[in-house]
Amino acid sequence: MPKTTVTRGRELDRAGLSDEQLIAMLRNMLLQRQLDNRGFQLNRQGKIPFALGSEGHEAVQAGAAMAFERGADVLVPYYRDLGLALGVGMTAFEILSSLFARVTDRSMGRQFPNHYTNHDLGVLSISSIIAGHCTHAVGVAAAFKYRGEAGRAVLCTTGEGATSQGEWHESVNYAAVHALPIVFLVENNEWAISTPQDMQMHVANVADKAPAYGLPGAVCDGFSPIATYVSVHEALERARSGGGPAIVEAKCYRFLSHSTDDDDRTYRSREIIEERRKLDPVPRFEALLIDAGVIDEARAKSLKQDVLRETNEATDAAEAQAYPTPESLYTNVVAGDYRPWQEFQ
Amino acid sequence: MTVTAQQQTGTTVMTNVEAVRTTLHDALVRDDRVLIMGEDVGARGNVFLITKGFLEEFGAQRIIDTPLAEASIVGIAIGMAMEGLRPIAEIQFADFIYPAFNQIVGEAAKTRYRSNGDYTCPMVIRTPYGGGVRGALSHSVSIEALFYHVPGLTILAPSTPADIKGLLNAAIECPDPVLFLEHKKTYRSVKGEVPGGYYTIPIGKADVKKAGTHVTAVSYGYNLHQALEAANRLEGDGVSVEVIDLRSIRPMDKTTILDSVRKTRKLIIIHEDNKFGGIGAEISAMVAEEAFFELDAPIRRLAGPDVPAMGYALPLEEEFLVSTDQMADAMRELAKY
Repeated sequence: MPKTTVTRGRELDRAGLSDEQLIAMLRNMLLQRQLDNRGFQLNRQGKIPFALGSEGHEAVQAGAAMAFERGADVLVPYYRDLGLALGVGMTAFEILSSLFARVTDRSMGRQFPNHYTNHDLGVLSISSIIAGHCTHAVGVAAAFKYRGEAGRAVLCTTGEGATSQGEWHESVNYAAVHALPIVFLVENNEWAISTPQDMQMHVANVADKAPAYGLPGAVCDGFSPIATYVSVHEALERARSGGGPAIVEAKCYRFLSHSTDDDDRTYRSREIIEERRKLDPVPRFEALLIDAGVIDEARAKSLKQDVLRETNEATDAAEAQAYPTPESLYTNVVAGDYRPWQEFQ
Repeated sequence: MTVTAQQQTGTTVMTNVEAVRTTLHDALVRDDRVLIMGEDVGARGNVFLITKGFLEEFGAQRIIDTPLAEASIVGIAIGMAMEGLRPIAEIQFADFIYPAFNQIVGEAAKTRYRSNGDYTCPMVIRTPYGGGVRGALSHSVSIEALFYHVPGLTILAPSTPADIKGLLNAAIECPDPVLFLEHKKTYRSVKGEVPGGYYTIPIGKADVKKAGTHVTAVSYGYNLHQALEAANRLEGDGVSVEVIDLRSIRPMDKTTILDSVRKTRKLIIIHEDNKFGGIGAEISAMVAEEAFFELDAPIRRLAGPDVPAMGYALPLEEEFLVSTDQMADAMRELAKY
């Protein structure tokens, strides 16, 4: 069952996290929200063709990123993982370079926004095809185990809709059979574009599927970064020390439409979103840290100014970059020159 | 043939299946990043006994009996490759590759491209294909045309033991994903000399298996051996056919095909896969674009019919497959121009 974070005055259940770590999580959440807004703003200004928000996922991702061990773990994210990308070390400038599709984007403007790649940070390149990446995550975990690299684990994320895919099942099953060091984090926001959870599955929790694979399954409060940190940290630690995989389900909510191209008014009411917004994890975590005396009002304000400045600077810097050249279309198809018809001397 | 380290000098006569087996074995000995995964590759030693004894010799960490799920056999191998291993994933029969289509086309072939080289996918997918073995609808198909449309993918289909060794080694060395097709009817029916020691054959290079002057025949797979037999028969009638073994389906060898066609001025392409949209279509188009005015006759294609698959009943299988007689007749007709 979910661990609940008790908030009574200064009795913060901080799960061993230092003030610095708690503030880092809040900053991550604030930056996520700012960058999310920026993506939608730039789209509505006609400056970028597409953006996709993770509003409502801030706490899950700030918490999970805090449990991720940089330099050891590998992240195999899905397309709604802005906060995880930031939390494992990607920068606002990288995010905006991707949104603007500029030459400073790691894929050189090839990939859709939110499809990150950063080999140096251990962020695997993904496609848009749901759950296909779960098999790759298992392959990375299998490589860790094969090489005897104890202390390393893979964090593989999906939404709840992905768990309908055969490849999600195949991945979890294989990881369980081989006791691989991997955690399947399901960010359950209740919606797969317009399809609600009860049209995806006949169980109340994705984690209920875990026993079928012989795996531990945990449900946590995805509106609490500390609760998510606790569940993901515990699962990753077990995986790193040879205890095998787990499914962690973080219950959150998608506040925005699926993307800038979606209009969620066509399938869900404004009232329900307003209701869920009352539990918005970002102001709630800010209030929690103030209440617990971790930060004061002035610090909270300066954090917000700080992420706005960072976002503005990154926006200007990324927009000023060049587009990739048309000639770059032809590179990196395969190693060396790309020639479907070979010519020899 | 026993599994021993390959001799360094001289040649050994072996079948195609033995060539696959010894090449895989030597790769496992040579490079501990190489591992084999697939259905029944461990204790059973693969349904054609290609990996028999490997489990005992290399252990369950390197010879992995996977769950029965083709998409993840390929997908997990992709993850291993992205993380620095050199997996060889086996699809038990080419007919079973469809569940893995997205992993091959949407993922493996695009890994390097979509990350602009940040990640690569050096892996081999081996699979037995082709008919003439009473395999019916789901143990007989040819799959090459479904995949050769895909940039980023390399497709090899060698037909002799020496070519299998050289190209399988090249596939394992290749820094990008390779689909390695083994015609199952050639497994035990084709035998040949194989050089000792490690060697590779360049990917994308065709091979003139028989020189000739009147007609160029391009083929691969079991059909290649039939085409050679047909060409040898015609020698007695004074018809000289040059037989080119394509070996590599993507990339394909423009130079060898054009050099031959410019000499013979007549081209026939023979393959088991059905004709419409097949490999022969691309070769025909290339030759028409590059050497139209040097041709003395229309390009001829001899290939499988436009039906979903060959049937289980012998007459249905025979009707589907191109016979050696049909090849000889077509070559003779073409030579008359």
